[in-house]
Parts: sequence; C-alpha cells; structure tokens
Amino acid sequence: MKLCRTRRWLLLLMLALGTLLLAGCHRDDGVEWQLNNVSGHMPDLDFQLIDDHGKNVTAQDYRGKVVLLYFGYTHCPDVCPLTLAQLHVVMQRLGPLADGARILFVSVDPARDTPEVMHAYVNAFDPRAVGLSGPAREIEALSKRYRSAFTREPDRADGQYEVSHSSAIYLFDGNGKARLLSTPSNTQDQMVHDLHLLLSLGTHS
Amino acid sequence: MSLRFTLPLLAAGLLMTADVHATEAQHVRASAAWIRVLPGDLPAGAYVTLENTGDQAASLRGAHSPNYADAMLHQSSSAGGVSRMSMVNELAIPAHGKVELSPGGYHLMLMKATSPVKIGDKVKVTLSFGDGSTLDADFVARPANATGAEQ
Repeated sequence: MKLCRTRRWLLLLMLALGTLLLAGCHRDDGVEWQLNNVSGHMPDLDFQLIDDHGKNVTAQDYRGKVVLLYFGYTHCPDVCPLTLAQLHVVMQRLGPLADGARILFVSVDPARDTPEVMHAYVNAFDPRAVGLSGPAREIEALSKRYRSAFTREPDRADGQYEVSHSSAIYLFDGNGKARLLSTPSNTQDQMVHDLHLLLSLGTHS
Repeated sequence: MSLRFTLPLLAAGLLMTADVHATEAQHVRASAAWIRVLPGDLPAGAYVTLENTGDQAASLRGAHSPNYADAMLHQSSSAGGVSRMSMVNELAIPAHGKVELSPGGYHLMLMKATSPVKIGDKVKVTLSFGDGSTLDADFVARPANATGAEQ
C-alpha cells in the first residue's frame, strides 16, 4: 500500500518534471543562442563553498541571478585577468541589466587563495564578481560536475607553481539551470547577445 | 706599411664592424608597453609590441626590472579547453617584422614587486636579446581590468 502510494507520487513527480522540461524546450523555441547551448546536458548549479567575505555559501544563495561560472586562480597573471577583464566589459555593456548577473570566480588554488586574497582580487575587476574558495574536495566536485579539470603543475625553483584549468565560462539561468557555454573562440558580442536574452527571460518565465 | 695607410684602413674597418655588428637591441623598437597590476603582491603580466627594423632576426630572451625581484618570459595557451602557461626560452622577432606580447599569448610575468606599483606609474623594464644586448622600455602600470595599453 505504502509502496503503491510512493509509486504514484513518483509518477506524478516525473510527469510534472516532464511537463517542466517540455515547457523549457518550448520556451527556447525561436531563441537564437550564439554561444554553445548546453541546456539539458549539464547538471544544475550546486556547490558548498566559501565566498570572499569568508561566509559559507551554496548555489541556492545565487538563485534569481544569472550566473557566469569561471575557474581560475589569483596567481595566474595572464589568462584569468584577461577573462575577468573581458567579463567586466561585458557587464558594462549590459548596463543596468548586469545587476541580475553574478560572476562566480572559483579558485582552483585554494591553498593560496584565501577569502581576503580573493576579495581584493575579484573587486579589482567588477563589483558583481564573487570569489569562491573552499576545501579542495568541494572545488574538485564542482569542477567534475561540469566535466572540467584542473592540474597543479610542478613547483618552480622559487617554490611557486601554476595551475592548468578549464578555459570555459558556464552560464546558468536564475533557476540554476546550465544554459550556455562560452569558450575562448566565442566573441564578446556573442556573450553580450546571449546574456541580454538570458537576463530578459527572467527567473519565472 | 706606413701609418698613413693603416690608420684610415683601421678606421674604415672599425666602422664596418660597427655596422655589421649592430646589436639586436639597436634595431628593436618597443611600443604599447603596459603592466596589468593586480592587488597585493600577485604576479603581474606585462605586454609590449616589439618591432625589428633590422635585416637580421632578433630574439627576445628575457627581462628584468628594478621594480620586481624576478621576471619570466611566458606563453599562455588554451588548447583542448584547458588554459595553461609555459616558459619560453626565446621569442623570435623576424627581420622587418614585429611580435606582440599581448593578453592570452606571450607575456612577461613580473614577480615580487620591490615596492608597491601604483596605477599610472611608469615602470622600467630591461629586455634582453639573443646577442646579450639590452633595451630599456617604460611600461605603464594599468588597472587589473584594463584591456590594453590605452585608456
């Protein structure tokens, strides 16, 4: 009897999910994304990390915002600052709409990237950027969730080291759904175009 | 041979030697030089356009600056969706050609500032070439979110 009821609930839940998925698909009809559309191919945003104020945060704290997720580290002098500087330009081009978006810069080098270091770093780029760090296993889990990886390279003579990391930017809608993937071959115009659309969709459409 | 003949010959020889052996640095012009300054004591990327006006190729081997304890020539790449950095031993500047050290590609990594570098500062960086010659250039300190040498 109990099992039967559970089954019925499951069935209802699946139906509801299916309807939502279909609605999601229909909603995208006619929307011409210029970045890589990953809707339905990647899991929802989910993590437990520490923000650049030293506060424990989860993906739920960013629901209602369009999220631009990027992995990097502060001792990276070239590519990470370049990417964040480009994202800052994108945010500026979006104007007031940009307030509906957050850049989540996740450190792949938690040993050196303390919340203090991350705070000064992300704020040097954009006021809507958040620096996330935390236990290495949490960062690895988040990285794996989006099929990316990072590798600590061998130490140099001075004891410093580089970290190889994914060059992609993952875009999530306000419901935490993975929607788009931007790679270095995509242009700034494409990013602005798609973010404009994503931000205009809102969280409840 | 009398001194009257040898002196002019010697002088001419010296002049010719000077011409043939003009250093690589003498033929290289640096422009659009800037540093992306990051907070704290994080390593900074430095960028510059190098133009070789000479008939011989030149090669950039490294750099140093009185403002930083260490400088390295690096190259960023993003093959296979992975961003990584590698050390570069030398960067060729073809005869009558130019190379750009620019974000996402070749760059100098400047480490451990000897004193804080402020936005707008001009930082002297000495570039060294394959023949041991050097060229001093002023690099403008730009904010973290700058996208180039110009404002």
